[in-house]
Amino acid sequence: MSTPEHHEEEPVTKNGFTDPGLAHHRPRRADVEPKADRRAERQVAALFGLSALGTIIAIWAYFGLDAGDGSDVDAVHRMNLWIGIGVFLAMVGIGFGAIHWAKTLMRDHEMVEERHALRTSDENREAAIQNLKDGVTDSGLGTPDEAGTGVKRRSLLKGSLITALAIAPLSVLVPQIGNMGSDWNISKFRHTMWGPGVRLTRDPDGSPIKAADVTIGSVFHVIPEGLNDLEHHEKMAEKAKAVVLLLRLNPEDLKIQEGREDWSFDGVIAYSKICTHVGCPVALYEQQTHHLLCPCHQSTFDVSDGAKVVFGPAKRPLPQLPISVDDDGYIVAQNDFDEPVGPSYWTRLKGDSTTEATSVEEESH
Amino acid sequence: MGTKLNNAAGGTANFVDDRTSIGGFVKFFARKLFPDHWSFMLGEIALYSFVVLLLSGVFLTAFFVPSMTEVHYEGAFETMHGVSMTEAFASTLKISFEVPGGLLIRQIHHWSALLFLAAIMTHMCRVFFTGAFRKPRELNWLVGFTLMVLGLAAGFTGYSLPDDVLSGNGLRIIDGVVKSIPIIGSYTSYWLFGGEYPGGDIIPRLFTAHILLVPGLILALIAVHLFLVFLHKHTQYPGGGKTDRNVVGLPLFPVYTAKAGGFFFVVFGIIALVAAVFTINPVWNYGPYDPSPVSAGTQPDWYILFVDGALRLMPGWLFGIPMEWEIFGYTLSMNILLPALIMPGLFFGFIAMYPWIEKWATGDRGEKHVLDRPRNVPVRTGIGVATITFYVILVLEGSNDIVATLFHLSLNDLTIFFQWAIFILPPIMFWVTKRICMGLQRKDRELVLHGHETGTIVRHENGEYIEVHSPLDEQEVWLRVSHDDIAPLEVAPEYNENGVRRKGYRWDRFKQALSRFYYEERISPVTKAEYDEAQHHHGHGNAEADIQAADAKDADERLTGEWNKVEDEAK
Repeated sequence: MSTPEHHEEEPVTKNGFTDPGLAHHRPRRADVEPKADRRAERQVAALFGLSALGTIIAIWAYFGLDAGDGSDVDAVHRMNLWIGIGVFLAMVGIGFGAIHWAKTLMRDHEMVEERHALRTSDENREAAIQNLKDGVTDSGLGTPDEAGTGVKRRSLLKGSLITALAIAPLSVLVPQIGNMGSDWNISKFRHTMWGPGVRLTRDPDGSPIKAADVTIGSVFHVIPEGLNDLEHHEKMAEKAKAVVLLLRLNPEDLKIQEGREDWSFDGVIAYSKICTHVGCPVALYEQQTHHLLCPCHQSTFDVSDGAKVVFGPAKRPLPQLPISVDDDGYIVAQNDFDEPVGPSYWTRLKGDSTTEATSVEEESH
Repeated sequence: MGTKLNNAAGGTANFVDDRTSIGGFVKFFARKLFPDHWSFMLGEIALYSFVVLLLSGVFLTAFFVPSMTEVHYEGAFETMHGVSMTEAFASTLKISFEVPGGLLIRQIHHWSALLFLAAIMTHMCRVFFTGAFRKPRELNWLVGFTLMVLGLAAGFTGYSLPDDVLSGNGLRIIDGVVKSIPIIGSYTSYWLFGGEYPGGDIIPRLFTAHILLVPGLILALIAVHLFLVFLHKHTQYPGGGKTDRNVVGLPLFPVYTAKAGGFFFVVFGIIALVAAVFTINPVWNYGPYDPSPVSAGTQPDWYILFVDGALRLMPGWLFGIPMEWEIFGYTLSMNILLPALIMPGLFFGFIAMYPWIEKWATGDRGEKHVLDRPRNVPVRTGIGVATITFYVILVLEGSNDIVATLFHLSLNDLTIFFQWAIFILPPIMFWVTKRICMGLQRKDRELVLHGHETGTIVRHENGEYIEVHSPLDEQEVWLRVSHDDIAPLEVAPEYNENGVRRKGYRWDRFKQALSRFYYEERISPVTKAEYDEAQHHHGHGNAEADIQAADAKDADERLTGEWNKVEDEAK
């Protein structure tokens, strides 16, 4: 099959030039010098020895090093390091040894193998097609052959089989997919835990916030009262929508939006913390510029001007939470957000499917 | 002992062959030839890092708990004591701190994932620039392309499993992107998360995808990929004796068994060293997932950066026009759809389709087993560099906050720069690359026709100075003249002699336009006639100069020899 440096075919010509054939083989040092040959052999053996040493190091590190009970991070890292170095040596010793062996001592005379066109022969193709045709005829799926063997064409079977095959997966997929989306009630996007009188509390401990505690320039990461009492999954889902940033600006700096005159007081204002782009928490507040920055994609919102987008990929302002102060001096929500928080979705502007009566809300900008 | 061993081996071989006819396979595989080149190892790195992923992954599954059940942490890592978290996160901490060597395996797993994708993409670049995707390998290009996409899926699903703050925010971004899909977006989000985000199902679902579905598909496709490599036999770089009808190389057994097998151990060893020395994804510093906190400098793993970069690049408002549209009361978020779904779709679509695009331009030219030197296909090389430029801009934009901090730039300026650059730089890079390639082709012509510069200057009697050139040897010449000189396609006219419009003319015109784009402007390789003409010119016209050149060469050698002697004595 492989005949070194030998062509049966005519040499290839390109642009008038003739293929000169394989370049002259140059012997390696170990091919001509017995000393170099022996040296290479020793080097390969040494590398394999290094690998064995690496294995010993890794096992020594596992048994010999004390990582304690895991509370000492440095000890964990030390063990990590030594086992890793052991594995490294164990592996590269074998690897470099084998490669060095191949490169210095194994045959390096290039050999030539002919390629064969991938296309099968014409006879083969014809035979293949004929076999398929015969099969089709035998099954009755195709037209009867000219010889008229009397095989009927069964188009009814063909049609019904294709239909059955096409719909059969649904018998499994519909229950499977149907179950995966839980209750499919996407109107949950519209509602958060906020409602009339719900106190704004600190994230994560849930302590309520007194209006007097909110000094100018301060920021509070806020969750609704009662969130921490929820079961874990429910809590996560609610928290993912309900988190709010409460800030106090100098009232002169704050441009109150039309129709939202009583949604804030004394420069104290609350916005949804969920980015209207793809939903990251908008957690970075720049006090000097009154800008809120989303660290995921850098959407920047101006909290002094209705949290409108001043930079980045978001299009809509952050929804504002209407707030006031209750009789005990704690900050409370007046109501839920008047629009869905977070990223846009197809039916965002459509009314609530569960309370069809509510009018379609218009975009404020 | 040797004889005993041989007898045992022979007995086993006999036993197995009697029952499997494996002899045929061994005969076929053992001495199969593979050409030698460092760039052929890139795909191997991908394969071997996948093996390391499987090995380390099995270790991790022994300890990881894919559950979103809430626990209050009481483990070894004291800073987290009492913190509410999911079992997924708690078990990740356990692997890191309480399983001896567990942290090492976690880091090996993560580093090999990064290497896996890096190797796949570099391998794709090699295949692209050398034209190894041409007939008959178009299908294998598609298989490899699918492997790359599956690699992204494997990476992302695995990245999300520890349920830490960073990966949770990553999932939230996915949720936001999914919701932007018209009509079915909200329901797709419910389907994915088992209800409202984040729900209690996503971690177990991702786990199944990560350890069963995706790696199963990857394994199957790797088998197809390698089967096709064996079937087609490996491509080879151009050179004397290497043709489209043969393969020149060394046998699988023993040379490549040692080299490629050894290389697996090298890849494994180096990943282990990196994992031992460099911390990756220290989730204990980030904390468990909570929808509220996030830190500056959040980044996905590098292979997702291009999508994240596109999301960052796309403005919500473009010249005062909103990129979120309201159509009959329905919301269409082009600011999300365009960068996160349409762009990757078109980008990947182009990559998958590329072999056919080039085929339309070139016309069907039979099986190609000798690789192209990138310079000899300037338009393809230009397209490749432009595509890489496009990709790199998105990757840089995906870490724009880090780049801005590192180079003390304004984040906003950087984004605005990239917003323009994404349109301007790729065409410029295309043009520059094409010109460089053509320059290199001209240089090749020059070399073939006039030989190497020797640095030896000869003075004629008439006072003229010339530099002596030494001719190329036949191997050097062949390398530079053996590629095809592809001319643009000619198409049959629109109307035949009877004035009837023929079918398929428009399609032909399109292919012709494409072909002109590829091959209109080209540097043809030197032909034998040109070569002979140049040799003739050198040989006769300047016989005297040649004699002088030979003298000068002798003098040069003598001087060098003397200089070396002086140097040796000085030592």
